Amino acid sequence: MSDVVLHIDGKDVTVPEGTTVLEAARSVGIAVPTLCHHEKLAPYGGCRVCMVEAELRGATRLVAACTHPVEPELVVRTRSEKIDRIRRSVLELLLAHAPDSTRLRELAREYGARRDRFEPDASFCIHCGLCVRYCAEVKRKFAVGFVDRGIRKEIAFVPEIAAKECNACKECFELCPTSYLQAAFVLVESLAFPRPAETDRTEG
Amino acid sequence: MARLNSSEDLERLRREILARRDPKKPCVAVCAGTGCLASGAADVVAAFRRELDARGLADKVALRGTGCHGFCEKGPIVVLDPEETCYLQATPADVPEIIEKSLMGKEVVERLLYVDPQTKEKTVREPDIPFYKHQKRMVFGPNRKLDPRNIEDYLAIGGYRALARALFERTPEQVILEVKESRLRGRGGAGFLTGVKWEFARRAAGKPKYVVVNCDEGDPGAYMDRSLMEGNPHAVLEGLLIGAYAIGAHEGFFYVRQEYPLAVENLGIALRQAEEHGLLGKNILGSDFDFTAQVHRGAGAFVCGEETALLASLEGQAGEPKPRPPYPAVKGLWGKPTNINNVETWANVPLILNEGAAAFAAIGTAGSKGTKIFSLVGKIANTGLVEVPMGLPLRDVVFKIGGGIPGGRKFKAMQTGGPSGGCIPEELLDLPVGFDELTRAGSMMGSGGMIVMDEDTCMVDVARYFVDFLTEESCGKCVPCREGLRQMHRILTRITKGEGHEGDLETLQQLAETAQEASLCALGRTAPNPFLSTLRYFRDEYEAHIREKRCPALSCKALIHYWIDPAKCRACMLCLRKCPTQAIDGGKQRIHVIDQAKCTNCGTCFEVCPAKFGAVRKLSGVPVPPPIPEEQRTLVRARKQDE
Ligand SMILES: Cc1cc2nc3c(=O)[nH]c(=O)nc-3n(C[C@H](O)[C@H](O)[C@H](O)COP(=O)(O)O)c2cc1C
Ligand code: SF4
Ligand code: SF4
Repeated sequence: MSDVVLHIDGKDVTVPEGTTVLEAARSVGIAVPTLCHHEKLAPYGGCRVCMVEAELRGATRLVAACTHPVEPELVVRTRSEKIDRIRRSVLELLLAHAPDSTRLRELAREYGARRDRFEPDASFCIHCGLCVRYCAEVKRKFAVGFVDRGIRKEIAFVPEIAAKECNACKECFELCPTSYLQAAFVLVESLAFPRPAETDRTEG
Repeated sequence: MARLNSSEDLERLRREILARRDPKKPCVAVCAGTGCLASGAADVVAAFRRELDARGLADKVALRGTGCHGFCEKGPIVVLDPEETCYLQATPADVPEIIEKSLMGKEVVERLLYVDPQTKEKTVREPDIPFYKHQKRMVFGPNRKLDPRNIEDYLAIGGYRALARALFERTPEQVILEVKESRLRGRGGAGFLTGVKWEFARRAAGKPKYVVVNCDEGDPGAYMDRSLMEGNPHAVLEGLLIGAYAIGAHEGFFYVRQEYPLAVENLGIALRQAEEHGLLGKNILGSDFDFTAQVHRGAGAFVCGEETALLASLEGQAGEPKPRPPYPAVKGLWGKPTNINNVETWANVPLILNEGAAAFAAIGTAGSKGTKIFSLVGKIANTGLVEVPMGLPLRDVVFKIGGGIPGGRKFKAMQTGGPSGGCIPEELLDLPVGFDELTRAGSMMGSGGMIVMDEDTCMVDVARYFVDFLTEESCGKCVPCREGLRQMHRILTRITKGEGHEGDLETLQQLAETAQEASLCALGRTAPNPFLSTLRYFRDEYEAHIREKRCPALSCKALIHYWIDPAKCRACMLCLRKCPTQAIDGGKQRIHVIDQAKCTNCGTCFEVCPAKFGAVRKLSGVPVPPPIPEEQRTLVRARKQDE
């Protein structure tokens, strides 16, 4: 595969074709915040805190660094007033769900996001899908999945599988950007009160 | 049926079909689209069959159940050819009279004709009805001329000639060039140049390649794709075959919404007939081009119409959008180059090859060529499907085709582009219909919804309504859409309830920017349009709701009060009797008064108060006047005289 040269925050970066902008930035030590990204998992593009400005032939647009493939001559800016505004907005939306998440509060400080900008929402999950995808892609157990869709989407453990697999594993717990307890809570709940709906892993 | 093995075979069959048909033979065309079937078209067809048989006319008069004519509101529609006499809202009971007067005699059944609501003038011929007269029905027109279940009808009007031309007279590259030169843009929403997209797919590395028809049509109220698929499936198939040949695909998929059983049925018949005729399968028309097509029934979610979600759903995965790039043209179905177009886009293709790219590009504006089918609904006299040339001013759609606003109300705005479109105000009504024109005005072409709104519509509530729809339809994968819309919906709801406060508009604008710029797919990216366009043109309404707790359109329930004007009340007791909460005090000769504490704002009194009194009024943003004192409530006879 051939190499691609692009420019990130003024630096020339050479990476193999097919690399994402995020990987390219990190390869030269430029930090881009992420919440739903994980090296072992396929790019997802759900949280959108990794939005960066990408300029090609004079046209600038915002792209998600974690999913956007590098292009020759792409000029990437990882911080700007607009990017910061959008990251702040995304963080504030998520803080309505998980106001005490250490990871979110760290980023909130960096971007000046308020914890109480929006009315709090009962669920702590921010739907990054890390637990779900890790269980599916790395462990290949499919013990935890999303049920329902859109604003009603939530994670759920499949009791039949979870009862067998989860106790010995629990690797997904520490991936959760909101708190360990989120996945743990749902797991305990699913085992104690199994619902038939939880066997349905497909949405929509 | 013998297979057609060459272009000559096709033309020979066409001549045979035409020779068998006498153009002067009377033909009864009854619309058998979903709309007319729902209003009883099947019974009308059955009655014609029965009555024609009984009179021994079955051989002398042809009877045809056709595709949708578009004027669905007035169905069942019966058109008598060759005169094109059009009868609306026909019932089986009308059939004997139609046969005796119009088929056996040369008389017209007056009471079934179109009557102009204003002038009361009657129109005999279908093309003279104002609703049709100002349309340009290039794509949709054939619906009315053919039985979608009979391939011979399609062949009789020149069907598959464009395919033969592509296969035998053009290289794939030439076909692409022709489509590029026509400047056809996708009718599914984004308006991407179709020829350019085909070229990407043709050039993309990887095999096999696929072509897909997007008939998901999730916009509530839109049904042009359904009507084309039901009414003229061969046109869509012919377009698809031409595209597949151009791109180098040998397999295609029709992704049809679950709720469209008639479309699936008619399409299935069309595919079978095409195959029997050698127009589908191996060595199409004797060429070395092979192509097979399958029908897939979609799950129904609105977001499944988005191309990457649709492809995921075709593969059997959850219907969630994926990031682009990679575009489907490069990496689509099962990772292979895939070209996906909307139903109407495909149906335009045979037209381009038949009439030539230049003729096609001669219609329309600089950036938008050809025609577009719209679903015209809302506060408008004539509703239905209308096909207009690009560039036609919106005003003509509303007043010439749509017949204006009923009930003497004033036009306020036209919402175009489906749920994530925007509202175009009165002052922009001369805007020519086109992709870029609508986008510049803060709306979009979308798939072609047009909702007319009158002065009684609250624009803040309109924004709330569409954002609500989109919040429900968000797939939930990305934050700006799932969480941003949830919050936008909350704030808009608060504002319509009179609980808005300073800063709300800024927060909404911030959320709108985030959704537009950072959402993963176009659902989230276009979802703020209903808010942004209404804010742009009707900011005063937002401010009235927030600052004065007033709804200028007198529509938001929480912000209005019903009040009986004592000077106008004639104590007729109508509202008093109808009020479901007994909130109205009064009696014979006693002026009625609404007890605001008991009133639930249901609006019954407002509706039942006779128009000649017009005593019940809606108030918003002003205090309700105190009830008039008991001693002044007796209706004085003397007042009757000054009426
Ligand atoms: C939320 C959403 C829903 C969509 N629904 C449809 C649809 O029902 N039908 C359609 O043809 N295109 C729909 N589209 C557009 C498709 O993604 C795609 O652009 C289109 O099928 C391409 O065909 P065209 O180039 O012929 O327009 C939708 C897009 C979005 C974002
Ligand atoms: S539980 Fe945690 S890891 Fe799982 S999707 Fe929700 S936020 Fe992500
Ligand atoms: S923009 Fe909305 S519909 Fe599209 S991927 Fe994101 S959440 Fe799903």
